[in-house]
Amino acid sequence: MLQFLSRRLLYMIPTVFLVSVVTFAIIQLPPGDYLDSLAAELSDNGGLDEGTRLALEAQYGLGQPMHVQYFKWMKGILLEGNFGISFEKNLPVNDLIWDRLGWTFAISTLTLLFIWIIALPIGIYSAVRKYSFGDYLATFLGFIGLAVPNFLLALVMMYVAFKYFGQSVGGLVSPQYLEEAWSWDKFIDLLKHIWMPIVVVGTSGAAALIRIMRANLLDELYRPYVVTARAKGMSEFQLLLRYPVRVALNPFVSTIGWILPTLVSGEIIVAVVMNLPTTGPLLLRALLVQDMYLAGSLILIVSMLTVLGTLISDLLLAWIDPRIRYQ
Amino acid sequence: MTAIDQPHDTSVIMPELLGPWALMWRKFRRHRIAYASLCLVVMIYIVALFGNFFAPEDFTDTNRRGIYVPPQGIHLFYEDKSGDRQFGLHAKALKMEVDQATMRRSYEEQSGKIVPLGFFVKGHSYKLLGFWKVDRHFFGPKKPKDVVYFLGSDRLGRDILSRIIIGTQVSMSIGLVGVVVSLLIGVSLGGVSGYYGGWIDNVIQRLIEFLRSIPTIPLWMGLAAAIPLGWPPLRTYFVVTLIVSMIGWTSLAREVRGKFLSLRKEDFITAARLDGLSDWEVIRKHMVPSFSSHIIASLTLAVPLMILAETSLSFLGIGLQPSIVSWGTLLKEAQNIRTIIEAPWLLIAPGATIVIAVLALNFLGDGLRDAADPHAH
Amino acid sequence: MMPQTPMPIDQLTKPLVEIRDLKTHFFTDDGVIKAVEGVDLDVHPNRTLCILGESGCGKSIMARSILRIVDAPGRIVQGSITYNAANGRAIDLASARPGSRALRDIRGQDIAMIFQEPMSSLGPITKIGKQITEALLLHRNMSKPEAKEAAIEMLNKVGIPKPADRFEAYPFELSGGMRQRAMIAMALCCQPRLLIADEPTTALDVTTQAQILDLIAELKNELEMGVMLITHDLGVVAEVAEDVAVMYMGRVVETGSVEQIFESPQHPYTRALLDSIPRLGAPRRRRLPAIRGMVPHPLARPSGCTFRTRCDHVISGVCDQVQPQLAGQGTAQVACHLHTPSEVQHG
Repeated sequence: MLQFLSRRLLYMIPTVFLVSVVTFAIIQLPPGDYLDSLAAELSDNGGLDEGTRLALEAQYGLGQPMHVQYFKWMKGILLEGNFGISFEKNLPVNDLIWDRLGWTFAISTLTLLFIWIIALPIGIYSAVRKYSFGDYLATFLGFIGLAVPNFLLALVMMYVAFKYFGQSVGGLVSPQYLEEAWSWDKFIDLLKHIWMPIVVVGTSGAAALIRIMRANLLDELYRPYVVTARAKGMSEFQLLLRYPVRVALNPFVSTIGWILPTLVSGEIIVAVVMNLPTTGPLLLRALLVQDMYLAGSLILIVSMLTVLGTLISDLLLAWIDPRIRYQ
Repeated sequence: MTAIDQPHDTSVIMPELLGPWALMWRKFRRHRIAYASLCLVVMIYIVALFGNFFAPEDFTDTNRRGIYVPPQGIHLFYEDKSGDRQFGLHAKALKMEVDQATMRRSYEEQSGKIVPLGFFVKGHSYKLLGFWKVDRHFFGPKKPKDVVYFLGSDRLGRDILSRIIIGTQVSMSIGLVGVVVSLLIGVSLGGVSGYYGGWIDNVIQRLIEFLRSIPTIPLWMGLAAAIPLGWPPLRTYFVVTLIVSMIGWTSLAREVRGKFLSLRKEDFITAARLDGLSDWEVIRKHMVPSFSSHIIASLTLAVPLMILAETSLSFLGIGLQPSIVSWGTLLKEAQNIRTIIEAPWLLIAPGATIVIAVLALNFLGDGLRDAADPHAH
Repeated sequence: MMPQTPMPIDQLTKPLVEIRDLKTHFFTDDGVIKAVEGVDLDVHPNRTLCILGESGCGKSIMARSILRIVDAPGRIVQGSITYNAANGRAIDLASARPGSRALRDIRGQDIAMIFQEPMSSLGPITKIGKQITEALLLHRNMSKPEAKEAAIEMLNKVGIPKPADRFEAYPFELSGGMRQRAMIAMALCCQPRLLIADEPTTALDVTTQAQILDLIAELKNELEMGVMLITHDLGVVAEVAEDVAVMYMGRVVETGSVEQIFESPQHPYTRALLDSIPRLGAPRRRRLPAIRGMVPHPLARPSGCTFRTRCDHVISGVCDQVQPQLAGQGTAQVACHLHTPSEVQHG
């Protein structure tokens, strides 16, 4: 297990490195460098004084070759936890992002749980009762869930909630709680709001997982070992849960690896539509005004956390599947 | 006891032997939803190909007297001047009224005034397939100066139906072009990875793992946001297509690699090698035919993913920009809840189009995959 | 014409299982495959019965029909499978409700089965020990520690070294032979009255094969159980069989004791099978005879006798019209028109 863990951690290093390089490239993509933008931004308020300019140039290695700039940027992040400055808001990136990242991951994780709770029983049912009415219904709804883009579902749900239930839409809490400290009432209010993004973000994932679980289980359901268990005299339900479902569960767990990135993606786009206090709107705004250090930091951290989530899911998989552990 | 050596019984019926493609087609035909989806997808592409012919109006025409017109129905029977019931396709003429206090527009049907509709009518002129100047349209008002909004109009009084039809060209072709790009990258990298194995395989696998482990939307957003606003639409279109096809190739490459790896160990491949065929001949004559049906199915399933990706990016305003009409840019019009409540058709019409197109492509791909799998029951 | 009931080997004991006119068909898209088409067979306690036949002749499906573990789209369409329980009750397995309590109590406890593929017949991610104790906990009134003790003892009995360690092992950690031993331990832990072994040695190498066959024979004597061994290997039959039933295209064409089958085979198919084995001391440069033609396609069963398309002794007007029934004196029975003289008159 320890060997597996260390090997898996080793594999992560190139991924993490590539993520940082790609992010840096994205930061560098818009024409002009960070200081030009900052100078342009500040020119209305008397411009950038020469001292600050030189200090910033030294800090980011501006004007120097790309790899020097990259190392200076990485050094700031790794050693000092300094992600740079958002020039639009004129604040350190650190002050802006952590709350929002927290919400993004809270919603993504809750969505993952939601997806599992939905997909597991429905997937098993669909496989065992193949070609029954329930299976066809689940398959059909699954196809619809895959075909509706997240943001469209968000818009439709907001429209329905507003038009037919008169619910306030957007945000995670009602406006009156926005500035308040946390209380029981605020928490209840949060629950009333948070289910909607979870359902919206989770629908396509749940649809995909139902299909995966169904296919996995169908693969296992007619294996010889199931017949062995049946010949042993076990009841159908018992043997179903103990053998094929357990085996089918493994590839299912490994789906976290790719479902997590799509959830984070979905959360970001849904947050823009529903105006949630998460990374989505901040990232979009930063990209539109080319506030690149803010945007780059968000992309970097979101990607890193996703890679970490994937690692955790792999470890979980190794924990439940002896065949992987013993490799 | 008499022993009679009887000739072999030739009357024994053997089941008919079919080639792999014929078998696949037979299996596919049996999958009714997938077959219907194939017809639908072909229809959508035909509509896209002859966009202006099917669009009743010029998709860029604005109309100050037709802002936010709700969808107009098609009626069959009307009363003519003498009060007799007559048969004829028509829509009711609308009259705009503005409430001076709230500045809200509303549209009333004018009783007795109808707009006759017909097939192959004259309308605005356009170039069919970019060559022939024509002014015939598949369906629309018989008098060229009449305007009917079958799916309503937007804030500038443009016809939503015509815009959706024209948007089909961009949205559906991004799927196709993106798939071709993914196919080229995916099959070559996947093939190299699976055929040669070793460190090349390892590097390509790590690259794929990397691309799959980062959330796509923020990455695309970062890349798409770097497209300068001043770029010509065509160039934007191609860059967006390239960005979007970044998802497709990874899964395709994995599939191709997996097939190569498993086929490499198959006896018939070893046999072909022992027969003295070169690597290239083995790949071309034995390996590619045995997984091309799977590739076609995966490609079909990649098209809707790309359509959804384009739509999402354009909706956020960082993909295609509004002078290009696509399903995504159309939905951008319905971005805030106030607009949706005033004109729900701005959301429903393009939204339903996307869902139907994606659904059809998914069913089609699924049917193809089932048909391609020789082991499926 | 009704088949005559064969005389019991041991007049005092009833057969364990009596199969009468069993038909198990598969309803596929292309048509109905008649995998088992009218089998009559008795399985006796404390005897080893070998079912001999080519692959696809329906022997496995017939065996699986006894335990009612034929997968869809297969289904028993006709006939009865009477199991005579230890308490004297007779239960018709063919008409029992699928998944019913009665059926589940018999499976694993009274009739156990081992399968061809030791690689895939054990749950891949469940420990060996757990898979064995499961059966004990189901059928015996045992606590978990007792079941574990019994399972380890059983593992020891089937010749698995360090059984306490192996109890905690996963199937992929064992070799094929060890897995088949574990399968046998699992099947025998409840001391069944009948063991059905479906080609238990086909997937194993020759030395392991012999060991597994010896083990089954040894345990059969020790536990005094009936064994039904399904095989296509005449060598296996010669080694372990006491009784033999030869199957062809879903029907039993000949039954008898192993001596009767090997010394004086009656059915042309059995004779052809025996002719096709190489013998030591046979004249050299003689081509080994093979059975002419191919097994007909399962969807195109010949009329009358199913073997007539490959038989050298076809009686026209009879073999292609009338399906021969099992007949004969005592244990030796054969289904062939050549041996039912009343019908040969037109020959």
